[in-house]
Amino acid sequence: MEPRRAPRIVIDPKVRQVGFFAPPDRSQSVPLHQNSNSPSSPPLSDLSPSGNSLSPVMIPPPRHLSDLSSRAVPVGFPPNRLLSPLQRFSGESVIPVGSYNPSEFASPSVGDFFEDKNARSPGPRRRSGVGGSGKFASSLPAGGFELPPEVKPKRLTTVSVVSNLQPNVNEKVGEQSIDNQDGRGANSKPLKEKTSKAERRALQEAQRAAKAAAKAEGNAGSGVANSVNAKTGKASKAPVQKKDNASVAASEKRGGERVTDKDRKKDVPHPRMQFDDTSRVEKAKKRAVVKQTEVRNRVELFRHLPQYEHGTRLPDLEKKFFRLNSVHPAVYKVGLRYLAGDISGGNARCIAMLQAFQESIMEYSSPKEKALNRDLTAKLNSYVSFLIECRPLSISMGNAIKFVKSRIANLPLTLSESEAKTNLLSEINKFINEKIILADKVIVQHAVTKVRDGDVLLTYGSSSAVEMILLHAHELGKKFRVVIVDARPKLEGRLLLRRLLGKGISCTYIHLNGVSYIMGQVTRVFLGASSVLANGTVYSRVGTACVAMVANACGVPVIVCCEAYKFHERVQLDSICCNELGDSDAILKVQGREEINDLKDIANDENLQVLNLTYDATPSDYVSMIITDYGMIPPTSVPVIVREFRKDQILI
Amino acid sequence: MDFQVVVLAGGSSKKLLPLVSKDVPKSLLPVANRPVLSYVLELLEQSNLKDLIVVVEGEDTDGLIENWISEAYVDRLHVQVAAVPEEVGTAGALRAITHHLTASDILVVSGDLVCDISPGAVAAAHRRHDAVVTAMFCSVPVTGPPESGSSGGKDKTKKPGCYNIVGLDLTEQFLLYIAAGMEVEKDIKVQKSILSAVGKMEIRADLMDAHLYAFKRSVLQEVLNQKQTFRSLKQDVLPYLVKTQLRSEILLNGAQAEENGNEKDAFSNNKVMLSQLLANASTPSFHELYALGPNGFAPAERKIHKCCVYLASKSKYCARLNSIQAFSDINRDVIGDASHISGCSFSVHNNVIHPSAVLGSKTTVGPQCMLGEGSQMGDKCSVKRSVIGRHCRIGSNVKVVNSVIMNHVTIGDGCSIQGSVISSNVQLQERAVLKDCQIGAGFVVTAGSEYKGESLARK
Repeated sequence: MEPRRAPRIVIDPKVRQVGFFAPPDRSQSVPLHQNSNSPSSPPLSDLSPSGNSLSPVMIPPPRHLSDLSSRAVPVGFPPNRLLSPLQRFSGESVIPVGSYNPSEFASPSVGDFFEDKNARSPGPRRRSGVGGSGKFASSLPAGGFELPPEVKPKRLTTVSVVSNLQPNVNEKVGEQSIDNQDGRGANSKPLKEKTSKAERRALQEAQRAAKAAAKAEGNAGSGVANSVNAKTGKASKAPVQKKDNASVAASEKRGGERVTDKDRKKDVPHPRMQFDDTSRVEKAKKRAVVKQTEVRNRVELFRHLPQYEHGTRLPDLEKKFFRLNSVHPAVYKVGLRYLAGDISGGNARCIAMLQAFQESIMEYSSPKEKALNRDLTAKLNSYVSFLIECRPLSISMGNAIKFVKSRIANLPLTLSESEAKTNLLSEINKFINEKIILADKVIVQHAVTKVRDGDVLLTYGSSSAVEMILLHAHELGKKFRVVIVDARPKLEGRLLLRRLLGKGISCTYIHLNGVSYIMGQVTRVFLGASSVLANGTVYSRVGTACVAMVANACGVPVIVCCEAYKFHERVQLDSICCNELGDSDAILKVQGREEINDLKDIANDENLQVLNLTYDATPSDYVSMIITDYGMIPPTSVPVIVREFRKDQILI
Repeated sequence: MDFQVVVLAGGSSKKLLPLVSKDVPKSLLPVANRPVLSYVLELLEQSNLKDLIVVVEGEDTDGLIENWISEAYVDRLHVQVAAVPEEVGTAGALRAITHHLTASDILVVSGDLVCDISPGAVAAAHRRHDAVVTAMFCSVPVTGPPESGSSGGKDKTKKPGCYNIVGLDLTEQFLLYIAAGMEVEKDIKVQKSILSAVGKMEIRADLMDAHLYAFKRSVLQEVLNQKQTFRSLKQDVLPYLVKTQLRSEILLNGAQAEENGNEKDAFSNNKVMLSQLLANASTPSFHELYALGPNGFAPAERKIHKCCVYLASKSKYCARLNSIQAFSDINRDVIGDASHISGCSFSVHNNVIHPSAVLGSKTTVGPQCMLGEGSQMGDKCSVKRSVIGRHCRIGSNVKVVNSVIMNHVTIGDGCSIQGSVISSNVQLQERAVLKDCQIGAGFVVTAGSEYKGESLARK
């Protein structure tokens, strides 16, 4: 193991992240100015290049806070910082090793059958002693509640308690890995491969520490570190071997990925990973929480986008429900619903995510020796990477995340934890209210002025903003008709249709292939957008471009309604470079109509490539007007809004 | 993840006589030389659920189970045991510990479940749909392998009766109708309102209730409180929840009123908009469409709740130890087809022989067998597809086929055992022949006797 790993350490690309991700129990020796430095640098540097010099072809890679800061932080610290793993290791090795007798745990599950109670070995007796002492009435009081009349409430007897809570103690002892799993508690990495990976990481850190120590102190330091290395190396092998004869099955089961916070935050994937880069994809897969099986036949041009086998990811994620310690339940639920497609629509996804973040912040308490804003950012990063695995982030969500992170980074260090949390919660609330809800109201106010009596309004798909406009115009008593254009496979327009009809608005429902006919009657086209990019390109549900183009050809004004928080400084000229691929089966199969599902048998044909795009880009030429919370603007003015909007986000 | 787990480890089931007794409650019956309860506990442990409440029926069995858990799981699980009087039923058992339930959702698992389906999947489905109850169903196991013709007779008598009629929606996510057990022969009544709301319903009889439920705590407590007559989760609570899912006036008063109240109190226009935005964005199930009413806006708000199902895939193993037939089936499967559950490593001959076991000369132990610690076998024995417990003494020329032999059993020379279950401390004298028998603990089978299809127990 060691000789193989050793050369990697030198060239390990993760080294560049050293500056930002300090080890969990870093001591006070961590340079102070690193703390004071970071909050200001990342968000600011985030903005400047795009705002100032924006060439039309430049597609600036979206910035990630972690990436940036790691780049921004000078590499001068390592010697200082790298000392800390060493300290940690030497500290751990002090923990009394003799407190566990490995033989006790030889076969706890098989060994303790009831018949053997009389003839049990000294080991179990000791443990039953522990259990006996733990046999107390539970802290819940037995009486005094309002009780159901019939059955007397029962006292709970605690018969078994988990007493060893120190993480990683068992590892050193090298006993059976089943017990390993429990002993580790919060830091748990129960599975075989992961254990060894963690060990490898520990080894690597120790080696690095050794090097640093050698540099700093000369030979004395390296001697200590080497002994640490030897120890960890031995420890890592022992559980693996024991595990093998313990249970094949169990190891399979526990093979589910569980990555600790520390691992995850180091590996936050780049939001726009190029999925045709096989080596990076492999890496990403290794750390992914959601198992991702990629579809075999992908369309040539879209190889850089992730596309996964549909129907395999959800059950797999569901299985891990209780095992994902690093993800807050609220975040998990949101991710699950993204993955299952229960929530869609930019605003709703963004709000759901922010609310989940709020919940997780509410229950958050920063560990000792850690600054809240750093640890919370790391936590948030792990949540975000989890959400990305569930479904690629929309641009609106990306902006919201950026906002939350900047808020966390800008929290004054003097605030107490509870103050900081309430501060954050109210900030997020404010974001939801001001940037989404109020923005929608302002958009409605503006847009309603564009609806006149006798109008025929066309909309595509189901946009929350457009729906509110139509409902509001109807409430004002305007007489108009609505044409809802819809398209397979999502058929989102049907829900909108149902709701509009419920309000008594007269509607026409038509599919996208009939749009050229109906456009002749239409006087205005209202469209929603997932994002508006700096060159005025509207990035929206696939099909929008088609509608806008037809409208443009027929001379019908196209009005795009989009909240300003969805604007992005990126420039995009086509729908290829950034997009999302949906489930290709959704196109091939028609639900509920078995008789026309004869394409099923050729779905795996090698010459067949199915493309289910989710978004497309509408060139600004086809857009007459964009209505935002800052007013009605032509698409050419988007960069101004982006600049102004970002400025106030940073400055507040 | 804010889930609390309740394991219902029932007392001594009548169906399992004579195998169960005061000393051996149902949940401690050995499956591949491990109490059946350990399978559930380990399944939960694998899912990282370490804080459990085990409810035991009957005061006397309580102590046994407590002792066993405290020995086997100290330092591994945090287990609390509550004893309830016998015959209160599953609902009664939950009622007894209702005030100990605090988490927002409760996972209720039957203690006799042997399966490899992650409870997390059920919990996730539950959370995703915000359901009131989520039940896990699995396909009915094929009882007995084809070659064991000996047990075929039993199959025929047991099989009818364990049919469940389950109605699902087309996406197989929601539970629309459930009727358990004997009512198969009668007509089944399906509510019109549910049918018209769903459109299509799939009625299936090939599903088995795995007795793994996720409940919303507030709802469960309310139902248990209001319906004091409810005794069984499966036969009373679940059908009640399913029946009332489109008109849950009584039900969600507690839970929903709270939420609604909050929304109304707030009065803030923003909040209403917010919730509407979220509601509009999510793909509605038939429940929500029904609540909206035919035109999208119902005159009065209709209250609904969702009952979900989680269908385990066919490749997963799932069985309940609720009959003698099931007992021998599970024992056979755990060392055979579903060997990954047993947690033992199988030898190259596909069997498990404890290193301390002693085999005589010319004794063969076939594949899919298990031989417990300290057991001794004489010469020229043959063991096929059987489980033999700890410290058994088996003489020479003994044939054991398709059987389960528990611990400390003494078997004389020349015995032949086929398709039988032999409890602990049984003594078989020479040349006894047993076929399809169940023998209770401590029984002595006299020399040369022959039994077929009988159940013997000490008087």
